[in-house]
Amino acid sequence: MTTTTKPAAPVSPAAPARRLGAGALALRQGRLEITQFLRSRESVVFTMGFPIIMILIFAAIFSDEIAPGVSYTQYFITGMIATGLMTVSFQNLGIWIPIERDRGVLKRYRGTPMPKWVWFAGKVIMVVAIGVAETALLLAVAVALFDLELPGTAGKWLTFGWVSVLGVTACTLCGIAISSLARTARSGSAVVTPVALVLQFISGVFFVFTNLPSWMQQVAAVFPLKWMCQGLRSVFLPESFGAQEPGGSFELGRVALVLALWCVIGLVLCLTTFRWTTKRDG
Amino acid sequence: MDDELAISVRGLRKAYGDNVAVAGVDLAVHRGEVFALLGPNGAGKTTTVEILEGYRQRDAGEVSVLGSDPGLAFGSRLRGSQARSSRTPRHPARDWRSRVGIVLQGTGEFDELTVAEVVSHFSGFYPGADDPAKVVERVGLGAKAKARTHTLSGGQKRRLDVALGIIGRPELLFLDEPTTGFDPEARREFWELIRDLAAAGTTIVLTTHYLDEAEALADRVGVITAGRVVEVAPPNRLGNRQEALATVSWRTPEGVVETAQSATPTGLVAELAARFGGEVPGLTVTRPTLEDVYLKMIGHR
Repeated sequence: MTTTTKPAAPVSPAAPARRLGAGALALRQGRLEITQFLRSRESVVFTMGFPIIMILIFAAIFSDEIAPGVSYTQYFITGMIATGLMTVSFQNLGIWIPIERDRGVLKRYRGTPMPKWVWFAGKVIMVVAIGVAETALLLAVAVALFDLELPGTAGKWLTFGWVSVLGVTACTLCGIAISSLARTARSGSAVVTPVALVLQFISGVFFVFTNLPSWMQQVAAVFPLKWMCQGLRSVFLPESFGAQEPGGSFELGRVALVLALWCVIGLVLCLTTFRWTTKRDG
Repeated sequence: MDDELAISVRGLRKAYGDNVAVAGVDLAVHRGEVFALLGPNGAGKTTTVEILEGYRQRDAGEVSVLGSDPGLAFGSRLRGSQARSSRTPRHPARDWRSRVGIVLQGTGEFDELTVAEVVSHFSGFYPGADDPAKVVERVGLGAKAKARTHTLSGGQKRRLDVALGIIGRPELLFLDEPTTGFDPEARREFWELIRDLAAAGTTIVLTTHYLDEAEALADRVGVITAGRVVEVAPPNRLGNRQEALATVSWRTPEGVVETAQSATPTGLVAELAARFGGEVPGLTVTRPTLEDVYLKMIGHR
């Protein structure tokens, strides 16, 4: 042997030895999640269709005014927009993550060099994309059929924006956190659905909040959905309706505070309890 | 010396509560080698391999995989004994992950995505990834590239697992019971694929409870039972198989089957031939099969 040789490593002629950048990885992951979501018919029907079906039913049953110039339908639609945001984030993740964990999809990702955060980013991108589409659809139906007025000022759009973003963030983090409570693929929906349903009843979605017993109002005030509904009412209902709220105004400061607090709680729960594998495989 | 080792394990222990799964395993796997961990269910194969893959924390022992401690993978904190190892290699992060391919025992299904989509997506995680279409073809899923993964058969799903294991062109590939549930033809094809990868220089560690698989593929076999490695040897030397006495049996004129152990079976047969004046009725000469040796080793006599 006269030449210096390196150990015979497998060589491929056209190997692009470049790693994708962080942004590209996150976008690919988001695209994959959205594709998976759109291809699973149950998720699409449940997430996108459910709020619209509920609006059609409730609007047909109740048509009275709850305050001067405010119909029950408007009140209910506002609640359904908040519910829709919660469904797409909290319920969607709380039901699907246990399924993926049980199937070993998460374990498989952990065996690759993919940075952990990319997987979470993919989920967030999916939630945001589906959330925007779903809200736009709801608004279109509400404007076309039930005379809902879109926000007339930049300020109201801004409120709409931050309430939605904070609400979705809190619900996404809580959805990821609660996914660790489910022990099997099937139990995800059993854990999440009752929580979401009870919150809808006590947070002023189906019933006007101030008509609820006060203890129920107190309980609801601990959770994010009540504050998301209240924040959105400040956007879609007349200014004067603020006086009808439990605090005598829309209390936007408190809305921001409670939602931000839930973001922190959700984040801490995620960081401390998230599991990539099921109990039985360690 | 260490550079030639892809994997080196000393005194590995792992218990789940009172149940000791791995009770002091020592292993050395050379670069470029095909190493089979053979053992009955519950012997500690998967626990051992998952520790090497960085999925599980060990209780004690020294482990080095491609020069890094897999217990440090993903930056998880180490407790006590592990952290104390003074020769702990550098932190295995993404670079280490991209050099190791993993085919887990269970399949992680992607349901609504197609084979091509999944393989192509995973190729994005590796800096030197192979061409996804080529890999799909190589594992024999070319005709199924556009099929949704949930429509694949068990054997086809396993091929997809392998495709995802090799898409990053790993230096070291772990295969945990890769052919369980395969029909004989699919297993032969799969073996060819493994031989291909080995020929290209990939170090392969596979666990199996099929003896013929270990014999067909492995350069060396480690027999593991009750959490301990009882022997490591090339398949044809396992349990001193080559030196084992041959068993000669024949039928006596009364019709009784007679058996004798012999180090010189040829001589014995010549003697029998002389005694019978030609053909020896019912003559067989056998040496212990790998299965005989293995069953003896794991305690079934």
